[in-house]
Amino acid sequence: MNGLITCEHVDFGYENHDAVIDVTMEILPGDYLCIVGENGSGKSTLMKGILGLLKPTAGTMTVSEELRRTGIGYLPQQTAAQKDFPATVYEVVQSGCLSRRGLRPFYTKAEKELTLECMEKLGITPLRKHCYRELSGGQQQRVLIARALCATSQLLLLDEPITGLDPSAIQEVYGILRKLNREEGVTILMVSHDISNVVNQVNKILHLQQRVLFYGSAGEYKASDIGKRFLGGEEE
Amino acid sequence: MSIIAEMLSYPFLVRAFVGGIFVSLCASLLGVSLVLKRYSMIGDGLSHVSFGALSIAVALGWSPLAVSIPVVVLAAFFLLRITENGKLKSDAAIAMISASALAIGIIITSLTTGMTTDVSSYMFGSILAMSPWDVRLSLILSVIVLGLFVFCYHKLFAVTFDESFARATGVRVDFYHGMIAILTAVTIVLGMRMMGAMLISSLIIFPALTSMRVFKSFRGVILSSGAVSVICFTIGMVMSYTCSTPAGASVVVVNLICFLLFAAWQAVGRIRG
Repeated sequence: MNGLITCEHVDFGYENHDAVIDVTMEILPGDYLCIVGENGSGKSTLMKGILGLLKPTAGTMTVSEELRRTGIGYLPQQTAAQKDFPATVYEVVQSGCLSRRGLRPFYTKAEKELTLECMEKLGITPLRKHCYRELSGGQQQRVLIARALCATSQLLLLDEPITGLDPSAIQEVYGILRKLNREEGVTILMVSHDISNVVNQVNKILHLQQRVLFYGSAGEYKASDIGKRFLGGEEE
Repeated sequence: MSIIAEMLSYPFLVRAFVGGIFVSLCASLLGVSLVLKRYSMIGDGLSHVSFGALSIAVALGWSPLAVSIPVVVLAAFFLLRITENGKLKSDAAIAMISASALAIGIIITSLTTGMTTDVSSYMFGSILAMSPWDVRLSLILSVIVLGLFVFCYHKLFAVTFDESFARATGVRVDFYHGMIAILTAVTIVLGMRMMGAMLISSLIIFPALTSMRVFKSFRGVILSSGAVSVICFTIGMVMSYTCSTPAGASVVVVNLICFLLFAAWQAVGRIRG
């Protein structure tokens, strides 16, 4: 099976400082991978590299033909400005179709149908005319996931998807992601701090501290020394 | 209606009306994007820079527009850059630049010509300021702004709502920021002569804020802002003519009243809802 994205000894960085060094990993179709690490460990830099916003300073990164055509469904961290943004759920989800459009100024019928379909998948059809800023945190994440799905159903890339959510909304988001991964076959890559929850959700972990400290299945991670240390508390 | 007909019998008022409506329309549309991206202060900063540039032009006897437009466009890029980098606290940086530009403008003016009517009308606006050339320029500006908002509407939405997502899906975010910066700069230079350096930023901020009280969709806010802006401008002009109040200040006060009405509408909606 060919990987969607393959990194071989890749460095990423800004100007003369490499924030990420020597990453070798492969994202296979159907993977549910989480990148963990402390603040400043280079998680966001690696994310930008995978998105193609940064060029590798060393090594090679290969993106599969399929993925290059559809692009990546990206879910960035929410910004403060979005919290009171006047936009309907439909408008936000539809903006995910943008990458399919090139220079055409308006959306086609097929794209409008895709928008409706993605909203249906995330169970937000009844909210379509609601204002984004009036939704709960969990609902907002549903909207943003639907938007990312409009861009592609191949690979979703989520940057700290649970930041600022309350516990029930966190479980809601994990539930959605698990369902998308298992039932729809969507490959998911996320960056998260929430290690204690994440190990029970995903099937692969990449622990980053400028270099790769651990890369393997979630089960192995729990058993490893670094995993035990990072998971902390009760294991000692 | 008869008052408007009477007003339109003066050529300078026709120019003020036509030019002003175009400028307020542009300002309100660009304003939606600026306000939502939390760049409202940029409008204020640019108007002060524009005042500084204008005083230098007047002192040197150069054409005011030929000097101000390039200077303000440069300032717009600079302000956007510092806002994005976040190295200096951007609100403080903008306040600093505004005050400096204003101070330089005032010193140059007092050293050379003294506070002529020209410069003081740039501070608080003059209804006589619109020349036929200004009207033509504001028409061209409106065509470009409307074209941008019609043909690039969805991209503008994406850039305004979520820059990172737009960037990741291949939208040229910097190009749209640049366009908005240039168009805002030109709008401010054109509008400043009628509205005044102190008041022009209200044309950018008020319609967007007013519309955001009531409308819940981006499309709704955009359309409403354009309409609110043009209507408030017209009422303001009529008020200025009938009550002999300064044009710029009248338009701002009408905008304020409109904002309060929309805010009341929102409050009533909440109580009922």
